[in-house]
Amino acid sequence: MMLTQQIITVAMVVLATMLTRFLPFLIFPAGRPTPKYIQYLGKALPPAVFGLLIIYCLKNVSLFTGSRGIPELIAIVLVVVLHLWKRQMLLSIAGGTICYMLLVQFVF
Amino acid sequence: MTGQQLKIERRREIRHAFRAAFPHTIPIFAGFWFLGLTYGIYMNVSGFSFIYPMLMSITIFAGSIEFVTVNLLLGAFNPIQAFTMALMINARHLFYGISMLEKYRGYGWRSFYLIYGMCDESFSINYTASIPKDVDKGWFMFFVTMLNHIYWFSGSTLGGIFGSLIHFDTEGLDFVMTAMFVVIFLEQWLTEKNHLSSLLGLALSLLCLIAFGADNFIIPSMLVILAVLTMIRPPLEKRLGSPASGAAPPGKDASGAGAEHISEDNKRTEKGGEQP
Repeated sequence: MMLTQQIITVAMVVLATMLTRFLPFLIFPAGRPTPKYIQYLGKALPPAVFGLLIIYCLKNVSLFTGSRGIPELIAIVLVVVLHLWKRQMLLSIAGGTICYMLLVQFVF
Repeated sequence: MTGQQLKIERRREIRHAFRAAFPHTIPIFAGFWFLGLTYGIYMNVSGFSFIYPMLMSITIFAGSIEFVTVNLLLGAFNPIQAFTMALMINARHLFYGISMLEKYRGYGWRSFYLIYGMCDESFSINYTASIPKDVDKGWFMFFVTMLNHIYWFSGSTLGGIFGSLIHFDTEGLDFVMTAMFVVIFLEQWLTEKNHLSSLLGLALSLLCLIAFGADNFIIPSMLVILAVLTMIRPPLEKRLGSPASGAAPPGKDASGAGAEHISEDNKRTEKGGEQP
């Protein structure tokens, strides 16, 4: 690929990415009232999206090969327990990550 | 107040927002440096100069598509394919935008930057973080986005420069992102009155992952989530409350005399954790 072709390729990726980010704000501008249905989606979607993001992070875990998702399960349970106990974001995240690193490096 | 005093007050406000925002981004620092280094190294060993990850991390600023773009650059020239690929992989941003229509508006040039830098992590933090009442919301969200941007940029560039020289055992560090999204999911769970949407998000995405496989499940998941949320709108809308209040924790929108008291309360909930 020539340099200009590379630049065009990257520019297309930037353009599409920015389109996905700016489109809702362009379709529903500030001046006009946002349709009720979109307002509803604005409130109902985020919890579902957070669920989707968790599954997205775990998408390459295989239940039938390798460590069978056991380190992921243990570490997530630890994150949940730590967070319900202390409710300190950094502690829960660091605890779960260190536990996971120890598990995949030394146990599994 | 004189102009000078106003200036000092404004600076103090900005510094204050920075201090409030920074702790929220520490996990992202770990995650983005790890992923960014990996991405930079990947570009380096694929034969690209560090200029590539440097410029791409600034302009694209969306993790997964940047990895895909490396393959696009190595293949035959096909701008339409590059465009549609990026559109499909990043389609989830549409949901973020719909959720942020109110929160990201009214900050002038900062609004533009907030939308420009709306990656998974910036969206998640800015949506769920309980910002203390005495902190300027616009600057808080701006710094969250900017710090994340800097972490991603510096990690990618360093990876591109040092490439294959880096050898340290970081196996499993990428779990920091999973852990963060679990915590964000939990925070949402603890503040919401109704868990239906949270549960639907987990269950429907999992079903789509099983049905469509790891590489193709995002778009079907989004469509199914959208369809189900649309079907159950009448009952769910009632439980979510009036359109104006949003899904924010109670007390967040209060203003005036009680403001300081509320920010104290927020701090206590964050530190204490004695949840009833």
